[in-house]
Amino acid sequence: MSSNSLHATPGWLALLPAAVLAVLFLVPFGIMVGVSFAHRAPGGFFEPGFDLTSYARVFTPFVGRVIVTSVTLSAAAATICVALAFPFVVFLTQLGRAAQTVILVFLLAVLSLSEVIIGFSISTLLSQTAGIGNLLVWLGVIDAPQAYTPSLFALLVGLCYLGFPYTVLVLYPPVARIDPELPEAARVMGASPVRIFFTVLLPMLRKPLIGALILVFVFTLGAFLLPQVLGRPVHWTLSVHITDQAIFQSNMPFAAAMAVILLLVSLAMIGVTLLLGGRERGAR
Amino acid sequence: MTTLSLDGLGKRFGSFTALADVTADIPSGAFVCLLGPSGCGKTTLLRLIAGLEPPSDGRLLVGGTDQTHTPTHRRDFGMVFQSLALFPHLSVAENIAYPLTIRNVPRARRRQRTEELLELVRLPGMGARRIHQLSGGQRQRVAIARGLAIDPSVFLLDEPLSALDANLREHMQVELRELQQRLGVTTILVTHDQKEALTMADIVIVIKDGRVQQIGPPMEVYRNPANAFVAGFIGTSNLLACRLSAQGQHVTVAEREIALTPGDVVQAQPGGAAVLSIRPEDVELSPSVGDSDLPATVTFIRDLGESVQVSLDCGDHTLVATMPPRARPDAQVGAQVGLQFASGRRVVLAP
Ligand SMILES: Nc1ncnc2c1ncn2[C@@H]1O[C@H](COP(=O)(O)OP(=O)(O)O)[C@@H](O)[C@H]1O
Ligand SMILES: [Mg+2]
Repeated sequence: MSSNSLHATPGWLALLPAAVLAVLFLVPFGIMVGVSFAHRAPGGFFEPGFDLTSYARVFTPFVGRVIVTSVTLSAAAATICVALAFPFVVFLTQLGRAAQTVILVFLLAVLSLSEVIIGFSISTLLSQTAGIGNLLVWLGVIDAPQAYTPSLFALLVGLCYLGFPYTVLVLYPPVARIDPELPEAARVMGASPVRIFFTVLLPMLRKPLIGALILVFVFTLGAFLLPQVLGRPVHWTLSVHITDQAIFQSNMPFAAAMAVILLLVSLAMIGVTLLLGGRERGAR
Repeated sequence: MTTLSLDGLGKRFGSFTALADVTADIPSGAFVCLLGPSGCGKTTLLRLIAGLEPPSDGRLLVGGTDQTHTPTHRRDFGMVFQSLALFPHLSVAENIAYPLTIRNVPRARRRQRTEELLELVRLPGMGARRIHQLSGGQRQRVAIARGLAIDPSVFLLDEPLSALDANLREHMQVELRELQQRLGVTTILVTHDQKEALTMADIVIVIKDGRVQQIGPPMEVYRNPANAFVAGFIGTSNLLACRLSAQGQHVTVAEREIALTPGDVVQAQPGGAAVLSIRPEDVELSPSVGDSDLPATVTFIRDLGESVQVSLDCGDHTLVATMPPRARPDAQVGAQVGLQFASGRRVVLAP
């Protein structure tokens, strides 16, 4: 059926989006690669050339540590988001139509919040003066209110808040499409709800789950505001440093070189994830 | 082996009553067919028995113990779903072994049992295949093997053969029946196909609009239907409006009196309106119209090879008569014939 619909659509139709993609993505990317090799002029500008100074600065222990921090943070956020969103979506699809719609609309509304609003809201929520510390004191859990931000915890909360609605929206269609008789059949055959989750739902949804992991990973890798608002300087990611170099230090070549490296690292991580997901399938 | 008692089972979805007061005692090792038109509540009843839906009323006794509230996964039943519900991410062998894997049966025993089951459903050597590499009939067998893997106390099947073409379906009906008799497992099969029920069942439960119409051995239900619905649903039946005499001695159809004889079944109130149910094979034609005959006109003759089917028109009613080819009447379409209904085979039902 899918091959039929492929043939029914003339191939040249794909040229239009391809052209748009080329103009809007490849051209700026080419310029960025060009800039990364440019020569930095003392006046805060750059002139074209083939200069490897910027890349030399990228391959230093400092930038290396920043890359590791970025990848670890995003990978952690992606894992937490998928680990929370997957059972949530399974639960969601078992609710009535009306309840599902309300929750999905609410999640869509959350998407309209910008990184700035999310960052400062969570910052306030975890602060000493106005945050949940006061609530805990009132409940008698702790003695004096304390600040939970900036910290790794606060930053991960922020990144997960950012990624969670996307994870739910990516996972909802494939989970909803699963024939409800499959988990029921497993139940009749003696599987408890937990066993059904691990022996039927999880393996059947491996591809969408890997897709969701990659989406949140790439998405949070680009976050440059949350690490500054909610994290300590050690949690500053490559995106923060790119912004810093490009805007505040006016070092476009160095920013561009880091951006190229960020892209390569993302691609490598995506490749590794796909490879791991694919290999397991082949081994079955 | 396990007896099964349905004790006043009912199910309501909101204000809609899908099933009401289903009561039946199913002996150990019986093959039961739930038979009824689409939407009458057959699947709902099967799901109540499996525990996939909680009943609104009533109890379910399995082997004498109340299992109404036992969670599905602790019931040790086998079930074949209408969609078959085979796991696409597992191979044929892994599908069949799934209930064993869940029960932590050791790998060697699991493999041995899977081989046995593949033999049983005549798919030896197919264990490594993926589900999408199988034909409809093969998937069917895998689902049956998977349902039988744990030697279930009760085996449930929801229209398992409806997706197969006619030839394969008849073949599978016979095979399934033989398999069930060999294993002696108490089996409940849902179908809307009366032929399927007649082929396989020890007991037929006829359902209409969520209510049981009749329970009994298939031939008894066929010969002695409880009401006009059952008569029309099981096999074909000519249903003729009539009046039953005050003494219940004869019926009046189209102004002809037909005397009832011993063996005829009367289930209507004497002296009132009734329905006379006559099976097509019990309609006898004669070329001349005698005094006690019902006059009719031949409207169509179908030669079906093994039998001949004659359509008849007798004023208010149309009838169908079937007979073996050697008894084919010497009549043309449009000919006037006389009808007799075989004595002892007539059923008078409440309207
Ligand atoms: N979950 C449900 N909610 C509401 N109505 C239902 C539900 N399941 C079944 N029904 C209704 O109950 C009736 C019987 O359905 P079902 O048992 O599937 O019929 P059958 O299997 O005999 O075709 C149908 O009218 C159907 O619409
Ligand atoms: Mg059904």
